[in-house]
Amino acid sequence: MAVDRGTIEKLAELARIQISEANIDDVTTSISEILGLVDQLQAANTDNVAPMAHPLDAVQRLRADQVTENNQREDLQACAPEVEDGLFLVPQVID
Amino acid sequence: MQWETVIGLEVHVQLATKTKIFSGASTAFGAEPNTQACAIDLAMPGTLPVPNEEAFRYAIMFGLAIDAEIAQRSVFDRKNYFYPDLPKGYQTTQLDRPIVGAGNMEIQLSSGKTKTIRIHHAHLEEDAGKSLHEDFQGMSGIDLNRAGTPLIEIVSEPDMSNSEEAVAFAKKLHALVSSLGICDGEMSQGSMRFDVNISVRPKGQTELGTRTETKNLNSFRFMERAIALEVERQIDLIEDGGTVRQETRLYDAEKHASRSMRSKEEANDYRYFPCPDLLPVVFDEDYIEAVRATLPELPEARRDRYIEQYALSSYDAETLSGDRELSAYFEAVTQDCGDAKLAANWIMGELSASLNSAELKLANSPLNATRLAGLILRIKDGSISGKIAKQVFEIMWASNQSADEVIEAEGLKQVSDTGELAAMVDTVIANSAKQVENYRSADADKRPKMMGFFVGQIMKASKGQANPKAVNDILIEKLNKLL
Repeated sequence: MAVDRGTIEKLAELARIQISEANIDDVTTSISEILGLVDQLQAANTDNVAPMAHPLDAVQRLRADQVTENNQREDLQACAPEVEDGLFLVPQVID
Repeated sequence: MQWETVIGLEVHVQLATKTKIFSGASTAFGAEPNTQACAIDLAMPGTLPVPNEEAFRYAIMFGLAIDAEIAQRSVFDRKNYFYPDLPKGYQTTQLDRPIVGAGNMEIQLSSGKTKTIRIHHAHLEEDAGKSLHEDFQGMSGIDLNRAGTPLIEIVSEPDMSNSEEAVAFAKKLHALVSSLGICDGEMSQGSMRFDVNISVRPKGQTELGTRTETKNLNSFRFMERAIALEVERQIDLIEDGGTVRQETRLYDAEKHASRSMRSKEEANDYRYFPCPDLLPVVFDEDYIEAVRATLPELPEARRDRYIEQYALSSYDAETLSGDRELSAYFEAVTQDCGDAKLAANWIMGELSASLNSAELKLANSPLNATRLAGLILRIKDGSISGKIAKQVFEIMWASNQSADEVIEAEGLKQVSDTGELAAMVDTVIANSAKQVENYRSADADKRPKMMGFFVGQIMKASKGQANPKAVNDILIEKLNKLL
């Protein structure tokens, strides 16, 4: 399966990745080639195979509902560029 | 043209666990910003989620209560989008293999009919944080205390055809999750949030119209109004020759207006994929059956029991069974006073009116079940009339006194002593020569109605404390002697 330049541009936008104009064609070709390998995998017959959710054949361990993490705001906000009244400040985004 | 509305609901229910779905940080409401957001909730590099078993147990309880298939093996997926209150850049949710499969819920309509609403599935996911857009001069403030709070998202089939049905469904869900104890039901704190999918089509057409989604309604009243508004908007649009766009809309309750948030074309492409940080979660049959054994009595079963055991009307039974706290209160009062009908009347009448006007929740009622039962006991044994009881209720409401203490202190005990009552009746008859004469000359079938005057005079003379039944008996006897 080949992807076109428009799809790459859209994916880059959704993933918030900047691809320079000069590189877009290269990236498009590379991803198309990778998808070519996926096409080969797709050719395998998987009629009676359940979709795999995880490569490890293991089951998730669960935890008890007990508070183990107390307030660490000061430490955790130490690396934030800007905070005010205990809030993280970010450039304004209104949906 | 006649139009038909089709409504489906997506309901986010915050689970009442103590900690987050993937971290051991507290979920308590109202904490200082970011004091309940740990490294996992903040998506710090190198952290890994560990799921909270209680969140699964709650989801399974819900599934069993709606008669749904429980997935013995469920899987988490990543829903990718960027927003500042979602630090990971994806929401951990369930897409293909949700914990709860298809189920059903029955709703009661005002016509007396019932309708079954199908539930497509319910899945577990994490809540996002909160963004505050005011007060920061071009910046947004982010509070991540809510990030990672466990949710179940319940997705209905488009089985509702008007706002009454949608609201009935929403209320029923609210009653169910509150009764199960899996959600605190505090709508004003966002514990339950409704997204409503609405479309219209000409009556009789089988094909569905284009739908819009009105997001994040957190009260039943807003939901009802938002639906009415959207249905009208779509019909007007089509009748004016336009077409409905598939889009997400936001309802502004203050302005009673809605606006488009984003259209389908601009909508995020979420690029779901299985979450590599989480293994499949597996529960065997024994586990699920053990959860089933812990299910409390559900509102429907309770309603039926109230009708059967206490002979309540279906309206009373429905109201009192819907909320776990209310039903516990009702049962406590009934047990103490031995009269379910009086208990129901007082709880749904005086008590709920007083709570409403004081803007109090039942949990904070100044009058507990034992004290209210004490009051009802005195009505039952004839110590006070219903009318006097309201007076006693008001005094009890504002004090810590028991009914007996109030009745004693205020001298409100009903007069049932026949000698005392007979004396009052004699006085009234003696002072009402004209009315007595009218009574005597009236036709026999007119007389019962004329009794009212004498009863009224006696009640007045006794300041409302005469036992009305005893007064009636004595009065009839004495008046008939004069005929």
